[in-house]
Amino acid sequence: MNWSPIILSLELALVTTILLFVVSVPLANWLAETKSRIKPIIESIISLPLVLPPTVLGFYLLVAFSPNNTFGNWLQETIGIQLLFSFPGLVLASMIYSLPFMVQPIQSGLASLSLNMKESSYVLGQSKFKTLTHVLLPNIKPSILTALVLSFAHTMGEFGVVLMIGGNIPGVTKVASIAIYDEVESLNYAAAHQYALVLLLLSFGILVTVYSLNKRINLTGNHA
Amino acid sequence: MLEVKVNKLLSSAEGQLELDLDFKCQAGEFLVISGESGAGKTSLLRMIAGLMNPDSGNIISNQEPWFGHKTNIKPQQRNCGLVFQQYALFPNMTVEGNLRYALKKSQADSIIEELLDIMEIKGLRNQKPNQLSGGQQQRVALARTLVQKPKLLLLDEPLSALDRSMRIRLQEYLKKVHQQFELTTIMVTHDPSEALRLADRIIEIEKGNITKDGKPTEVFGNKSLSGKFQFTGAVVDIQEEELLCIASVLVGNQLIKVVISDSEQKNLRIGDEVIVASKAFNPIIKKI
Repeated sequence: MNWSPIILSLELALVTTILLFVVSVPLANWLAETKSRIKPIIESIISLPLVLPPTVLGFYLLVAFSPNNTFGNWLQETIGIQLLFSFPGLVLASMIYSLPFMVQPIQSGLASLSLNMKESSYVLGQSKFKTLTHVLLPNIKPSILTALVLSFAHTMGEFGVVLMIGGNIPGVTKVASIAIYDEVESLNYAAAHQYALVLLLLSFGILVTVYSLNKRINLTGNHA
Repeated sequence: MLEVKVNKLLSSAEGQLELDLDFKCQAGEFLVISGESGAGKTSLLRMIAGLMNPDSGNIISNQEPWFGHKTNIKPQQRNCGLVFQQYALFPNMTVEGNLRYALKKSQADSIIEELLDIMEIKGLRNQKPNQLSGGQQQRVALARTLVQKPKLLLLDEPLSALDRSMRIRLQEYLKKVHQQFELTTIMVTHDPSEALRLADRIIEIEKGNITKDGKPTEVFGNKSLSGKFQFTGAVVDIQEEELLCIASVLVGNQLIKVVISDSEQKNLRIGDEVIVASKAFNPIIKKI
């Protein structure tokens, strides 16, 4: 069995999850405390990947990243990044695709904390950043864990978006879910079975780990 | 000295309320703000701490403008302490961790030991807040607030979630730190006995305005009484008999039944705080 699609999937999921976490924490924090009138609009945009067929998202990204239009051309000429049929392109697409899975648990976790906790920290003279990293985030560990794992698992299982903008280049964009599709198309069911089984076991293992960890965090009372 | 002159339109479930307050608080004073819930007491503290902006007005602390026409100092830089009713300790940190978190950059940490000592929480230093009782948590919250040695201490009904005996003990701690740290303290409470015990001065707020301002005896004492001694208590029951009404008043742990007139009964409701006073002629004494 060729392991490279599985390894590629894991790599993609890991990079996506880490970058997405960095982007999502400030975003979720802003959403949790803002009273801005544009909040529903921003929330809707973030949640769009939940309801939109992945092919629609993939199609728009395909158009956007294409060197034939201004944005894609600018990316390629000025920054020197080619996003179509490349790993960085997959990462960016996966980040957009998994955004709601990361933002929503963190946002609801932050919103569930008592306002007094944050305000005490401010009155004690501590900055907003320190309050976020030392007080708020450590008290929503179960939400963070859920967000990380859902984003990771969701990226592992992604298919439509990857197919649209990544194609099927072995070692570059051929992830596990694509490999299964590929093997079935060529009537190679044995290989498809192997990939499918690995994905199934991986997903199950991840979920079991999360639920047992969450149980432990709740038992030790780290969560407010 | 703290000068407060603020105006703010608050909207709540019961409709809008215009908060219009103007008072000064002398350095070293223990000022109690009392009034019904929803009168704007908490909002006042939040404005002084910088957590809420007045619509207009000035807040000046020792000649330093905190809020004004063009100034609005962040809560982080106001150097005042605020203790909430619900403690607001950080559940992820130990008792000592909560106190250390409040240290300023380059501040010596000897203050931590001192405060653990004063508040008698040394033995709890490695516990997490959710392992502590309400009274212990509030002592930790108070200690944490004092780490930065604020000049001004704001207390928002800090003892109202505690039972009576714990409340009285905590009042002693409040008195102690007020004197020892030479604080100016502003405390919100709606417990008259607490106000009488602690306050140098009481301001009563009703519907966003100051209605009374003076020494505790002036605000709570009714001058038409010639009573020689008096207690405060809460009405727990009002019974109508054929010719008269009997109010049961809980003073401390004692239930006292008092005959009241019809007109008095109309003004009283169960749960009201009242003063039980006795004139010098009727008390009975018995040797025990």
